[in-house]
Amino acid sequence: MIKKIYLIGNPNVGKSVVFSRLTGVQVISSNYPGTTVEISKGYLQLGEDRIEVVDLPGTYSLEPTSRAEEVAVSLLNEFPREEMAVISILDATNLERNLYLTLQLLEAGYQVIICLNMCDDASHRGVNIDTKKLEEILRVPVISACAVTGAGIKFLIQRLPEASIALRPKTTYEERWKQLGVIIEQVQQLTHRHHTLREMLEDASVRPFSGILMGMGVIYVSFKVVRFIGEGLINNVCDPIFNNWYLPLIEKLSAILVPETFWHHVLVGDLINGKIDFKQSLGVLTTAPYIEFAMVLPYVLAFYTILSVLEDVGYLPRLAILLDNLLHKLGLHGYAIIPVLLGLGCNIPGILSTRILESKRERFIASTLISIGVPCVPLQAMIFALLGKYSGFYVGGVYLVLFSIWLILGVILNKTLKGFSPELLIEIPPYRLPPLAVLARKIYFRIKGFIFEAVPIVLAGVLVINLLLYLKMFNYVSNIFSPVIHGLFGLPKETTIALAIGFVRKDVAAGMLMPLGLTVKQLFISATLLAISFPCIATFVVLLKELGWKDLIKSTLIMIITGLAVGTLLNFAILRGI
Amino acid sequence: MKIKQKGRIAQIEGGQILRDRLMSMGIYLGKEITKVGGFALRGPTSIKSGRSVIALGHGTAEKILVELHD
Repeated sequence: MIKKIYLIGNPNVGKSVVFSRLTGVQVISSNYPGTTVEISKGYLQLGEDRIEVVDLPGTYSLEPTSRAEEVAVSLLNEFPREEMAVISILDATNLERNLYLTLQLLEAGYQVIICLNMCDDASHRGVNIDTKKLEEILRVPVISACAVTGAGIKFLIQRLPEASIALRPKTTYEERWKQLGVIIEQVQQLTHRHHTLREMLEDASVRPFSGILMGMGVIYVSFKVVRFIGEGLINNVCDPIFNNWYLPLIEKLSAILVPETFWHHVLVGDLINGKIDFKQSLGVLTTAPYIEFAMVLPYVLAFYTILSVLEDVGYLPRLAILLDNLLHKLGLHGYAIIPVLLGLGCNIPGILSTRILESKRERFIASTLISIGVPCVPLQAMIFALLGKYSGFYVGGVYLVLFSIWLILGVILNKTLKGFSPELLIEIPPYRLPPLAVLARKIYFRIKGFIFEAVPIVLAGVLVINLLLYLKMFNYVSNIFSPVIHGLFGLPKETTIALAIGFVRKDVAAGMLMPLGLTVKQLFISATLLAISFPCIATFVVLLKELGWKDLIKSTLIMIITGLAVGTLLNFAILRGI
Repeated sequence: MKIKQKGRIAQIEGGQILRDRLMSMGIYLGKEITKVGGFALRGPTSIKSGRSVIALGHGTAEKILVELHD
């Protein structure tokens, strides 16, 4: 009797897509090895039984070499074998390499059923697989499928009860590859195809000259498109909605509540020159929704649209090759660019995905660099809004400062930390054109996540800030920190509050800077400090979970020292003349 | 080995862990591979083994000795 089903397979064979199809639970899937670093669970109704389905991180063999693989393999051994089945998911375009793990599973005596995924892509590439024959040879069910479109999933579910043990004698690595060679001869036929444009682009992206050119092009276009979508939405959709539709409502509310009263102060905020100003009033119903929906959300949408496209096309691992040399200097290897890019959206998935790195040392360096030097997209949107109106030069400046910190700190960490960092060793996936529906679902899933997680915190945050401001509770705190904030960083002591709020949410914190009437220099310094200083509390919790107390304290100390040094340097040296 | 050149893996130096990992990814003694990319200044090398393209750090790539076909 099967009670539990595990999905196992090499990295990037589409386990998560199959998982979503089986359980209806949406999880993020992309076209690069190591998308899944956490375990997802869902349920599948099979006749009268409700079976738990577990999506595991990808692994090449049953002897794990990274943290994510370790998790996958250890979970497999947690449950009694007679009560579980394993769906071994294979990439049909790369049968030989993929079957290796399947042979190991069979040798180990698991109940196995094979799902041959990406069959459509395989036939495109001239790969024909005789599934009947494969079934005969391995003595377990083989189902061909295309999980992205859902083809074949019904058969997979129908035949699940047929999952069976087909013991093979345990053997050595060499022997296993030899057996595979024989199996492949019998079941796979290759039709020779001419190099397609897609294959030419695949090859070009891993060669030095063409690769670097393509890389620069991709980054430039991505940046431009993010700006275009973000600004476009703000100017043409969000601002008009707020000013033409929402403002009249709030004005009515303001009149009912009567300015200068407690509730007016909390909900609408202060009137600026006798009017409601979405950027400065600081009310729960004015500035809070404006920050989230009209300043941050457009950029979140723009960023995740581009990131999702790059992920699903399969470009990201190619970026890892280009940046391998640079990242080596920081004690990382090229693949660390994936956590960094995810961190540019939100630090939490970024830090979680450091699990694709092999050693503890790399994970410490990468997590620390992400939490200090990589601003999340809500904060970046606010930096655009705060500094963009002066000139692009200042916005670029903040990025330049953060990038320099990231480099310098990385080099220092690499020189001082004990241990060594392993080298790049990754599979470069083929380019795939994701169906639009799949892309849209993924972007929707991420935006929904953002709205549900961010908005309540933002509203609650602004509410608490307003109460504390009303009760004048902040004066005490800002006086204590005044020597540092004013003395070293040259900021008015009121910015202490904003910097402290950064611990709750960075976008709200940056929003708190708006009514303070800071100079460009002060805005520059406080925006940079917000990026460097304490990651928001949610990130902090994830850091603790991933690094443990000792390393978290170490990482925090590094952050405080960096913040103090950079703030002071900017104030007294770099921005002195401004 | 130059870009686009083919060869057969003759020897893999280095520890058991690295060898096991390469092995599980389909890089093993006697396997035919093609070099598809290589970066200067000790940058990574990309090879095609079977139907997969794999990027290797410079140090790892140096440990894989290949017998070239003419």
